[in-house]
Amino acid sequence: MTRLAPVPWAAPGGLTRRGLLAGMGAAAVGLSLSACGKSDEGRLNFYTWQDYIGATTLDDFRAKTGVRVTPSYFATNDELFAKLKAGNPGYDVIVPSNEFVTRMREADMLEPLDMAKIPNFANIAPEFREAAWDPAPRHSVPYTWLVLGIGYRRSRVQGTPDSWKWLFDSDLYKGRIALITDAADLIRLGAKYMGTSLVGVDAETARRVADMLGRQKPNIRRFHEDDGQDLLLAGEVDLVLEYNGDIAQRMREGPDIDFVVPREGSLINADALAIPKGARNLELAHDFLNFLLDAEVGRGITETILYPTPNAAAKALMPESYRTHPVIFPSGPGWEASEWGRFEGAEMQRLFEELITRMRAA
Amino acid sequence: MEKRVDWRQAPGPFAALLGPPLGWFLLFFAAPLAVVLAYSFGTNVGVADIAISGTFANYARALEPVYLAIFLKSFAIAGAATFVCLLLGFPVALAIAFAQPRVRTLLLVLVMLPFWTNLLIRTYALMTVLRDEGLVNGALGALGLPPLPLLYTNGAVILGLVYVHLPFTVLPIYASLDRLDRSLIEASLDLGASHLATVFRVVLPLARPGILAGLLLTFIPALGSYLTPDLMGGPDSQMIANVIERQFKRANDWPFGAALAFLLMYLTFLALAAQGLFRGRRAEP
Repeated sequence: MTRLAPVPWAAPGGLTRRGLLAGMGAAAVGLSLSACGKSDEGRLNFYTWQDYIGATTLDDFRAKTGVRVTPSYFATNDELFAKLKAGNPGYDVIVPSNEFVTRMREADMLEPLDMAKIPNFANIAPEFREAAWDPAPRHSVPYTWLVLGIGYRRSRVQGTPDSWKWLFDSDLYKGRIALITDAADLIRLGAKYMGTSLVGVDAETARRVADMLGRQKPNIRRFHEDDGQDLLLAGEVDLVLEYNGDIAQRMREGPDIDFVVPREGSLINADALAIPKGARNLELAHDFLNFLLDAEVGRGITETILYPTPNAAAKALMPESYRTHPVIFPSGPGWEASEWGRFEGAEMQRLFEELITRMRAA
Repeated sequence: MEKRVDWRQAPGPFAALLGPPLGWFLLFFAAPLAVVLAYSFGTNVGVADIAISGTFANYARALEPVYLAIFLKSFAIAGAATFVCLLLGFPVALAIAFAQPRVRTLLLVLVMLPFWTNLLIRTYALMTVLRDEGLVNGALGALGLPPLPLLYTNGAVILGLVYVHLPFTVLPIYASLDRLDRSLIEASLDLGASHLATVFRVVLPLARPGILAGLLLTFIPALGSYLTPDLMGGPDSQMIANVIERQFKRANDWPFGAALAFLLMYLTFLALAAQGLFRGRRAEP
């Protein structure tokens, strides 16, 4: 893979929405919400990931509509889900990932969207307009998408590590590997490596994957909380299971860092905008969703966060260096073989979790 | 015999004093805990609901060998950290107790100083020291030595727990040493015991209540610690609190998480009861 120049037009700071907060727990989250009090007419509570919006997006919305958007942040989908499970504490717009959209729909936690109020949905690329994880009537609109793969240090590996083998089933990089901690992701990617689809993994395959990971455990340095890009950058490990967006952001700082979607294929995710049940101002929430899907607004967001955007109109406004970035928009056999994941149900979720807990305790 | 003052002589003021904290305790501690206890006898229904079905299945699952092994490992890690805290904390407490009054105040402030910074920040700071490209390995590298994998190991977890909990060991031991009757030490030295013999045969037995309190104050939070193994641990450093956390978040299995949490609480009670027994037996003769 060719070496990439740092991306000059991105905002400084380099915080990543899946990275920074992951280890930080939920401490700050409660505070920000309790501070904003009762929502009145011109106010929206936006519950999202840290550093996941354009530098001026919220101010622009206020200038345009007079509505103040108060953001507060969660670090994982689980945190978002746990927070809303006992009833909506006052959020108007949330940003769950695709499988959680399914899960929250199943639990009747999302408002169906009135698509007539979101004309900018037409900006979304055709392949993202229909989604198995959120069938019509839509309860969410796509905001970004991501794919898992292997982030690595080019100087420390042999060639391109374009197979899950190097993470899951080989001692070649002993002690220099970090895997993501998420049980469902690990099991499904392991199944993908074993040659089955990552959708509808059965209990038997899941057990075989857990056994394989158990054998691999002595070679693994760390199960990370979605901060793998930092481990890579800090030199703790040389290969890491991470999202392409996170690695793309870090490539600005570490020219030795690269990313590949393994040839067996991987798991594609999306983050979506949704309105939780109990939101106080549906009209405003729809306006805000529509605003975020605007082409120019989408460009502002994408310039800051550097994630792959499903917004075709916004992408068209982006410079060439983004549109052809081989990590943000991967191609090749691994990408061709990649699949969208789906929420496999509460029962399987618990099985995955238990298998990984056992594997780690063994 | 001296007449004891007790609450029956002034029930009104007593109730006024005790009422608010008791109410607070019932409302914000006992009641939520009762809800969690109820969850531990519950069953998951669908994605978001829990039916309190009175089942013991969660406890049965929590007692499976794999989880018992995790409990055992948590006990071992917390026990090791507590032991190191004692080894380090007792001499420190001794030094503080016998320092000049002005120096003593300063030393006590130094012991408590880390509390002024958030636990998370302290842990991250410690991580920068232990990293492969961190301070320790940087120093080793400067001496021409290969880097040691310090972070993301069980040893790192123990080190982190010691770092965080040391003040909890030092302060109670210091308190009991501070109250100690100095004339006993003088007598011991006058009668020809060496300094070391005096420490082990006079000071240590007299400071026992403080040491026990310090051990418990260290061991119990260390046993339930979640952040340190999460941030500093390796692939097999999961402690029981990490497993509980995952049940409430990723696995979305609150009933099982609640059962594990209560099991941890029962074990903590056992530790307290054991300490009470120990103390009671000492007091008898």
